[in-house]
Amino acid sequence: MSSVADAHAADHHDHGPAKGIGRWLFTTNHKDIGTMYLVFSFAMFLAGGAMAMIIRAELFQPGLQMVEPAFFNQMTTMHGLVMIFGAVMPAFVGLANWMIPLMVGAPDMALPRMNNWSFWLLVTGSLILMSTLFMDGGAPNFGWTAYAPLSTTYGPDSTTFFIFSVHILGISSIMGAINVIATIINMRAPGMTLMKMPMFVWTWLITAFLLIAVLPVLAGAVTMLLMDIHFGTAFFDAAGGGDPVLYQHIFWFFGHPEVYILILPAFGIISQIIPTFSRKPLFGYTSMVYATAAIAILSFLVWSHHMFTVGLPLPGELFFMYATMIIAVPTGVKIFNWITTMFRGSISFETPMLFAIGFVVLFTVGGLSGVMLAIAPADFQYHDTYFVVAHFHYVLIPGAIYGIFASVYYWLPKWSGRMYSEALGKAHFWLSFIGLNIAFFPMHFLGLAGMPRRYADYPIQFANFNQVSTIGAFLFGASQLLLVFIVYRAVKNGPKADAKPWEGAEGLEWTVPSPAPYHTFEQPPRVD
Amino acid sequence: MSSNQSYYVPESSIWPIVGSIGMFLTFFGLSTLLVNQSNGDPTTTAWVVFTIGALVLIYMITGWLRDVIRESRAGLYDAQMDRSFRQGMSWFIFSEVAFFAALFGSLFYIRFFAVPWLGGEGAKGTANMLWEGFQAQWPLLSNPDNSQFAGPDSVIGPWGLPLLNTLILVTSSITLTLSHKALKYDKRKQTIYWLAATVALGAIFLFFQIEEYIEAYSHLNLTLDSGIYGSIFFLMTGFHGLHVLLGGIILFVVLMRLIKGHFSAHDHFGYEAGAWYWHFVDVVWIMLFVFVYVI
Ligand code: HEM
Ligand SMILES: [Cu+2]
Repeated sequence: MSSVADAHAADHHDHGPAKGIGRWLFTTNHKDIGTMYLVFSFAMFLAGGAMAMIIRAELFQPGLQMVEPAFFNQMTTMHGLVMIFGAVMPAFVGLANWMIPLMVGAPDMALPRMNNWSFWLLVTGSLILMSTLFMDGGAPNFGWTAYAPLSTTYGPDSTTFFIFSVHILGISSIMGAINVIATIINMRAPGMTLMKMPMFVWTWLITAFLLIAVLPVLAGAVTMLLMDIHFGTAFFDAAGGGDPVLYQHIFWFFGHPEVYILILPAFGIISQIIPTFSRKPLFGYTSMVYATAAIAILSFLVWSHHMFTVGLPLPGELFFMYATMIIAVPTGVKIFNWITTMFRGSISFETPMLFAIGFVVLFTVGGLSGVMLAIAPADFQYHDTYFVVAHFHYVLIPGAIYGIFASVYYWLPKWSGRMYSEALGKAHFWLSFIGLNIAFFPMHFLGLAGMPRRYADYPIQFANFNQVSTIGAFLFGASQLLLVFIVYRAVKNGPKADAKPWEGAEGLEWTVPSPAPYHTFEQPPRVD
Repeated sequence: MSSNQSYYVPESSIWPIVGSIGMFLTFFGLSTLLVNQSNGDPTTTAWVVFTIGALVLIYMITGWLRDVIRESRAGLYDAQMDRSFRQGMSWFIFSEVAFFAALFGSLFYIRFFAVPWLGGEGAKGTANMLWEGFQAQWPLLSNPDNSQFAGPDSVIGPWGLPLLNTLILVTSSITLTLSHKALKYDKRKQTIYWLAATVALGAIFLFFQIEEYIEAYSHLNLTLDSGIYGSIFFLMTGFHGLHVLLGGIILFVVLMRLIKGHFSAHDHFGYEAGAWYWHFVDVVWIMLFVFVYVI
């Protein structure tokens, strides 16, 4: 090693984190930033969860008990927005920050200062979004989709703040995605060829591409809302030659790829965890990569399956129906590969693996109800009912959220150097699993029977299933507090973890000590 | 040696947090401003917050760039860092492409679906029941409900100022390429002259664009609230104009740096990033010229 390099390294890297609050405000370290993302997204998860509890409490009985219908509508809207933009997306970015450099053998993210800005813009955008709850006229109340004219002609004043918060959150995510791509393309250790990358890295590479491709489209959509509200334009007003349906097209051109943004990183996580605890390499790695890419490309061609009932021309209905069903093929490939990886493995059921198996089983339930919704004539019946709410919670909670939970248990030893309590972890899994199914399975029946979503009240015949659902929702909600306790206890005084706490685990992240030192891989490792 | 040198990770930086505070003030101020204006409430405080926010953002951008330029000139960046910057800039431009694609998609949807349906065309022509007798045409001079949206008297024809502006922007891309060539051969004087010409052409473009807007507003009744043609016309040309402004500012900063002696024949990423951006803005204009003005 040359002396210039030595001097240079000594100049910049020979010490740990800065002291005090400045460490977090000014940091350029991917581990610090990853931690901030994870903590922040978990706080938002609890906030969004509290809103869900308000929704479910109100729906415990028919009639109006707790909240005004106007406030109920704000809760459904903010719950959706907070969960998607505040909880799930940032949690995945946090995981990317922590793990991608460790997994590809890079010293940090490619653009460390911009990385910090991505995080603090997330906080900025979330603050503006949350502040709408305290404004005259209340928070946005038109659903997270912000359809015109609900959001234009009939929206509250806070809609303008909502629009700009979406812009800021979008900028934050785009910068985060650019950083992920640049890191993966440019910072891999020598010998880490593309087809040797861990699946989590692959799925994030594809997710980042989706983010950069569709968030600007969302920005365009909400910009047009802003113009219609304040500058008298007629984009979504047929009286001036525009079309409210145009908004839906633009929104869902963003929205469908967005749902894959919410799930692909979880696919990657599950593809890391199942091989570890099955003590077998991932079955069909190459097909996994191609299936992920295929899903991403197809996701641009199916957006109107959210709009079957809006009055599409018949060829449109047919095209979007068949295109949507085709996505089930690469998704099926993945499920098949996960199950085949487990087949004849010597499986052990630590908490990450439980969540991974829960993922495979319950995500498949959500995937199947998705295929039902894809059938255009059937969707005329299901559209905007609780069947849809059941469907997307089955893909979001056992999908995205279980993926995140699984990764927290799986990598917590690496992050903190300490083990969580396996008994408590299992309790968390089973309580969540039971609560989730009690909460959301009855919603299928409610939806099939015709109960519409986004209403504070319902006819008496829906009461029984709703009561069951609310009980399950509170069980699920309460068991998340257990997660806070488990993580807190582990980090405070859990038993020390080895560099590689899982005997079946593979990958560069397990070659560094636990907890991972502040700076890792300053000299790239060799991969062969 | 360079393979042994480790990737430069800045120790820490105040700029991201300053930038976030700036963004908060700017957009909280701007939202308040717009809402109060629409409601007829006083807007002074909102203006103040907005202005402070914008100033903080400018402070952040200059400070951040100064740090990066200082580090770059101190030789802290290696070839790998250069590739990271290139990746970053390319994907940023890709995101801009996606943004404009959404706008073009909206234009096509309105022209080929929304307006014809309102005019009674095809199976969806039942929409004509809303405003019976409404005639679909493009550009749309008479709106479905002219009492709500008074249509424009006429629109900007393509063969006057817009054609001139097209020639100006295309020329500016050529002068920029000449400047870049000169830089690669280390002919600094020519580099500077051609780049100055590029920036000047950009400024002239913007000047004519403003002229065109004034003409539209004062003589043609073509305004933001004159129905869908005015909406989409100003949205697309307006965002393009903002991008010309941004690209022009980037190139101007690059010009100043060249005059100060920055950049070399082999090492001039900042210059190239600005050039990529400028060519991108040029291509968008050509698309606009064809699809908004001509066709
Ligand atoms: C604690 C667990 C949760 C419960 C009990 C819950 C409950 C609900 C309910 C009852 C609704 C429907 C409200 C209505 O239409 O009247 C809803 C909507 C929604 N939820 Fe959840 N939810 C939970 C977690 C999540 C998570 C983790 C996500 C996302 C990752 C999520 C995303 C959404 C979205 C996008 C909507 C649609 C909002 C809208 O209609 O605009 N939820 N939730
Ligand atoms: Cu979809």
